Amino acid sequence: MLSYDIVVIGGGPAGLAAAIQAKKSGIDSILILERDRELGGILNQCIHNGFGIHEFKEELTGPEYADRFIKELINMNIDYKLNTMVLDISKDKIVKAINSKDGFMIIKAKAIILAMGCRERTRGALAIPGTRPSGVFTAGTAQRFINMEGYMIGKKVFILGSGDIGLIMARRLTLEGAQVIGVAEIMAYPGGLARNIMQCLRDYDIPLMLSHTVTEIRGKDRVEGVVVSKVDENRKPIPGTEKYFECDTLLLSVGLIPENELSKKADIELNPVTGGPIVNESMETTVSGIFACGNVLHVHDLVDYVTEESRRAGENAAKYVKGKLYDSGEIIKTIPGKGIRYIVPYIIRLENVRDFVNLFMRVDDVYKDVKMIVSSNNITIKELKKRRLVPSEMEKITINVNQLRGKGLSDITIRLEEDADI
Amino acid sequence: MKKDMICIVCPIGCHLEIEEDEKSLLGFKVTGNQCKRGQEYAIEEITNPKRILTSTVKIKNAHLSRLPVRTNKPVPKDKIFECMKEINKVEVTAPIRVGDVIIKNILGTGADVLASRDM
Repeated sequence: MLSYDIVVIGGGPAGLAAAIQAKKSGIDSILILERDRELGGILNQCIHNGFGIHEFKEELTGPEYADRFIKELINMNIDYKLNTMVLDISKDKIVKAINSKDGFMIIKAKAIILAMGCRERTRGALAIPGTRPSGVFTAGTAQRFINMEGYMIGKKVFILGSGDIGLIMARRLTLEGAQVIGVAEIMAYPGGLARNIMQCLRDYDIPLMLSHTVTEIRGKDRVEGVVVSKVDENRKPIPGTEKYFECDTLLLSVGLIPENELSKKADIELNPVTGGPIVNESMETTVSGIFACGNVLHVHDLVDYVTEESRRAGENAAKYVKGKLYDSGEIIKTIPGKGIRYIVPYIIRLENVRDFVNLFMRVDDVYKDVKMIVSSNNITIKELKKRRLVPSEMEKITINVNQLRGKGLSDITIRLEEDADI
Repeated sequence: MKKDMICIVCPIGCHLEIEEDEKSLLGFKVTGNQCKRGQEYAIEEITNPKRILTSTVKIKNAHLSRLPVRTNKPVPKDKIFECMKEINKVEVTAPIRVGDVIIKNILGTGADVLASRDM
């Protein structure tokens, strides 16, 4: 049986940052297990720029951002295995994995860091009526085909969903000579970042149809067209609003789902809102010694935030191995109040935080001129004015935990309130 | 005339308003920006819009068939499709290092096309 202090599952941006930080925190015995043939994860296919603004204060492409971490990892002599599939993890931190060189491996770990990322929601998950021709792709699959494998996926493309990958692909397909006839979004607001609406759609005069969805796919062997309908406030198609668009390809950019099959095997508790594990201030899941970070935990819109979160997981996994993470002392729960969908972390053990803890959250709708209020027992701890909040952009609130200590608080709530001052 | 735009300099995506202002040294008044780069962006967007261009080129002898590339400076928006034609003519052979110049001074824009990764 192999034995490591820390086993990291996944060699994408989260796994790389976590492993590097664990090593910097004094742990030498670290192993990364990666399913793909190279490190870097999804960044390798994200050839557009916009990565690293917080981290490096410059705009890098995805491969450039990955390259910096991969080189640092290799320079630090951290072990990794490529083409390796993890089959099982258990509560007592036994990892079972397989590849064609080592065969079946049983690896004993003192701590595990989950960094498996997420998967795309598919046509099957949406249940779009119609025939089942070829030419229906998820946006990320199309991105990999075009940017890494060198295959063009179609000539006349319709895109369902306005998530960032879909928007980025609308521009990419246009640059490579395809005609993108439109993007339909079932919600009344776009799913992706505002800058991507501007530089990917508006720059190329690609129409964005809000409150619209694809209600039928037509075509026998290949997609021949899609029917698009307007939806009402309950997201139900309105009869009589159907429009037919001729196209040979339909791209789906309809959301990402954290990939937690392994987490479930170790009986880790998941939050149904995010689809990711419930974690504390140290990024530790409900199973002691198993940590989680990046998109496996909750879907991020910026890789910079993934890096920040994953460093925290790596540092705390190192503390755990050294017996320096504490379960005792004051424990405070974070509760999403009005307008907030979820908050990460879910639990703050004050003993493990020196001064500040960052809380990450998403709102449930578009809001203008509101206050974000952090409170406990009806006492306001922090108040932030926000001109604009949208579900597609993650919000971060930093709390000074010294304000919470020794007051016997059991929870803090974050809620939105209309800003009466404006 | 006032014009609305969303800043694309970074992912924060400030909602900007720009209008001509003869009194200002720059000739424009920009509001809604959180940093100085937002002001520069708004003025440039009105006078001479530019974009960083990212794409791929064919690569031989590598584990993948496409090498990601980027311009090291923004290129004029109206030259993007011409630049794509130039980029699509190129075929390179591995090994390539991140930052290698793939096309020097593409179409006289002053921007070089660089490799985005080792391969």
